[in-house]
Amino acid sequence: MRKGLAGQRLVAVFIAGLVLLNYPILSLFDRPQTVFGLPLLHVYLFSVWLALILVVAWIAEHGAR
Amino acid sequence: MLPGWLIVGASFAYLLLLFAVAYFGDRRADAGRSVIDNPWVFSLSLAVYCTAWTYFGSVGRAASGGPWFLPTYLGPTLGLTLAWLVVLKMIRIARSYRVTSIADFVASRYGKSHLLGGLVTLIAVVGIVPYIALQLKAISSGYALLVGEHDTLFRIESQAGWWQDGTLYIALALAAFTVLFGTRHLDTTERHEGMVAAIAFESVVKLLAFLAVGIYVTYWLYDGFGDLYARASAVPELQRLLAFDGAGRLGYGGWFAHVLLAMLSIIFLPRQFQIAVVENVNEQHLRRATWVFPAYLLAINIFVIPVAIGGLLHFGSGTVDPDTFVLTLPLAHGQNALALLVFIGGLSAATGMVIVEAIALSTMVCNDLVMPMLLRSRRLDLARERDLTGLLLGIRRGAIVVLLLLGYLYFRLAGEAYALVSIGLISFAAVAQFAPVVIGGMYWRGGTREGALAGLLAGFAVWVYTLLLPSFAKSGWLDPGFLEHGVLGLGWLKPEQLFGLTGLDNISHALFWSLLANIGCYVGVSMLRVPTGPEATQGALFVDVFRRGDAPPASFWRTGAEAGELVPLVARFLGQRRTEEAFGAYARSHGLQQVSELKADPELVHFAETLLAGAIGSASARVMVSTVVQAEPLGLGEVMDILDEASQVRAYSHKLEEKSRALEAATAELRAANEQLKELDRLKDDFMSSVTHELRTPLTSIRALSEMMLDDPDIDVEDRQRFLGIIVSETVRLSRLVNQVLDMAKIESGHAEWHNTDIDLCELVRHSGDATLQLFRDRGAELHLHLPESVPTLRADHDRLLQVMLNLLSNAAKFVPTGSGRVDVTLSCDGERFRVAVKDNGPGIEPAQQPVVFEKFRQGGDERSRPQGTGLGLPISRQIVEHFGGRLWLESVPGEGATFSFELPLKSAAGEG
Repeated sequence: MRKGLAGQRLVAVFIAGLVLLNYPILSLFDRPQTVFGLPLLHVYLFSVWLALILVVAWIAEHGAR
Repeated sequence: MLPGWLIVGASFAYLLLLFAVAYFGDRRADAGRSVIDNPWVFSLSLAVYCTAWTYFGSVGRAASGGPWFLPTYLGPTLGLTLAWLVVLKMIRIARSYRVTSIADFVASRYGKSHLLGGLVTLIAVVGIVPYIALQLKAISSGYALLVGEHDTLFRIESQAGWWQDGTLYIALALAAFTVLFGTRHLDTTERHEGMVAAIAFESVVKLLAFLAVGIYVTYWLYDGFGDLYARASAVPELQRLLAFDGAGRLGYGGWFAHVLLAMLSIIFLPRQFQIAVVENVNEQHLRRATWVFPAYLLAINIFVIPVAIGGLLHFGSGTVDPDTFVLTLPLAHGQNALALLVFIGGLSAATGMVIVEAIALSTMVCNDLVMPMLLRSRRLDLARERDLTGLLLGIRRGAIVVLLLLGYLYFRLAGEAYALVSIGLISFAAVAQFAPVVIGGMYWRGGTREGALAGLLAGFAVWVYTLLLPSFAKSGWLDPGFLEHGVLGLGWLKPEQLFGLTGLDNISHALFWSLLANIGCYVGVSMLRVPTGPEATQGALFVDVFRRGDAPPASFWRTGAEAGELVPLVARFLGQRRTEEAFGAYARSHGLQQVSELKADPELVHFAETLLAGAIGSASARVMVSTVVQAEPLGLGEVMDILDEASQVRAYSHKLEEKSRALEAATAELRAANEQLKELDRLKDDFMSSVTHELRTPLTSIRALSEMMLDDPDIDVEDRQRFLGIIVSETVRLSRLVNQVLDMAKIESGHAEWHNTDIDLCELVRHSGDATLQLFRDRGAELHLHLPESVPTLRADHDRLLQVMLNLLSNAAKFVPTGSGRVDVTLSCDGERFRVAVKDNGPGIEPAQQPVVFEKFRQGGDERSRPQGTGLGLPISRQIVEHFGGRLWLESVPGEGATFSFELPLKSAAGEG
């Protein structure tokens, strides 16, 4: 897993997370809109966070097989 | 409000529970059924990252800055995606080389340097002790809040004497716990199973407590997320929390810096290094932790914003410190039990951090500060002490107590000061200084000891100037003037706007400058020289840890030690029983029955050094091992080995060099061969022109005479006879020439046929004399043969040797003066070789001409006086003699004749064949 595909996937997820959670992408979601009554920015941050965790979980546990 | 005795009782009951968990963990570990050998427990223990600062402070930060509390948790999430690459390498390195702290890691990487280990320890202690103080303060303030003395968490009014301060007793209880479970015995791996089990337990407690208050506030007091957000957006003051830059923070650059800072701290905080690297039982656990730990962080943060909004809605802003909302909200609604649970959760967050941090720091202080000093001081002759395990444990226990008391002291002194409240991120920035030397050390071979020292010092100095001193100034301990005007009134030296840099908050500003200075000095100074032997060795060990497998590294130790000396040395630090177990296992793995059968080869010395490194740090271990092992001067071969191992690149370049040398040699050979070919080509051209020249001369006269006779039929018979005679002799000469050229070509090309028989040289010489007798008579010359009675037979080609003799004799006959000529032929044999000399009394040969006579078509003398001949006789003779392993040469003094001699060995390879 280390040198293989999973390692590359993790690096890709890291870069994706760094991009999604920072300027300028982050600024796109800093607007006064709501999703189901929740502010867009908060929903976006927590959704990306959750998505990162799920993707990493899939990579880590999938690679164990 | 709760009675004080209940809170104190609950706290100590909780601590007792912690003791029980840790005791259970240790018991299970001793029984070989580890509770922490489990990826879930490992992931939970990583959550020691969440301290009281984040437990209480997150809500406070959310209440003032909306989403700005998140970078502290997003950073670790991102960092852990890379953990499987970076942290796994650290774990492997730590396991292979028994690294037990981040200071030891750095010291070991850069050539086992005491100085570096000490510096890292110093930075860690300076950065972390205030952080410990913050935890104590959280407990203390939480207690005060619960009993109703204060309405803010981070404020203390110390009318009571220090002996009445419950915080002191909390600190002492924590010290007792840490000493009990952190330094129960000396272990080469520095693992503390009971402690880790307790930390994992604490992580569960604080998560449950926070979730409890979160659910209470969100769904009990209010009507879920939507309700809270709807109410918040109705209040103008709270709207800013819902947007990114609502609280007037400084932009996305600061956001990125905070994410980066948290990402680095998840690895480089001493407690995180301790849990993630040192206490790791199985590196596969890391795989699950990469997502379980971020999921834990997500879970503990879901309710942060709702609690912050709920608190602000209930209390309004400015009346109650938002940091206390998790306690004050339940209290305000009369939920005392919930408040107590939340307090216990905060207690668990604080104690977990304090315990792990104290263990990590005490290991560093012992191995990288105290031990090196003890080893150096002559007064304490450690080499003679019998058993040092007690001393080592004593140092660690002392260090733990001192660290906690220091934390308590700082807490008492700092109180409400800014320097304490803001220490969380300031601590992060301090340990971020370890990142360049550690990460650089794992992926770059070029780092040197001076580079690491310079980087750490520069980064630490900038950190002190841009973060620590301003925090002191804001606490009123220093004149705050230098914040406004810079040191000595130099505006560009303003600590929070260094070189006039504005637009960043103080943490981002300090992080940028300190990491810039750190990385710049680390890389710059490292590049001043190539790494030394130990640095290169350690560098290769760290960088290539995955590639090495279990091969023992090249060691600088060479023999000179007895196994009988190494075992007691290790036993002094590890204790007799553990040492015997370790060496026994080592002996068995090498197929030996007894420890006493072990030979002190470099591998065993390395094994002992690694064992010691686990207990006293790598640098001290090297010093101790060197007391019994004389590092003998290394031979060139060993140095080459080390260099080879030290750097694959060097090995490759070495191979390349060898190959290019081989190529150069081949090129030189080819060039020489080419020169030879050119020379041969030139010789061939010369030869061809000589041959054609020689052929043309007789052909010309034959043709001229034939044409004369053809054109003039009236030529008289006498002339005709004369012409025909000339034509015949020229034809003879021509055919002889062609024969000789063919002969020569055959001999040179190796295609000549040799018919070897046993030859009597006397007979051969006599035969040649008879054959040329008429020639000498014609010249009126005498031929004298000087022959021994009998000579051994020689195996050679009779006709060829006769050809040589005839050639020499006919040459001599040509050159002797007419009438008075005399030629002497001498044959001798000295048992190993025959020698034949043909001496004439002719004009002799000039020294300059002597080498020339053996060249083809180069007859001696000038063109006119030269007698008839083809110019091939002597070269052919020489070829024949050399074929039989002999030599043919000329001695001559001009005016006194010439002597041509040749020698032939009795036995020659060509003769046998």
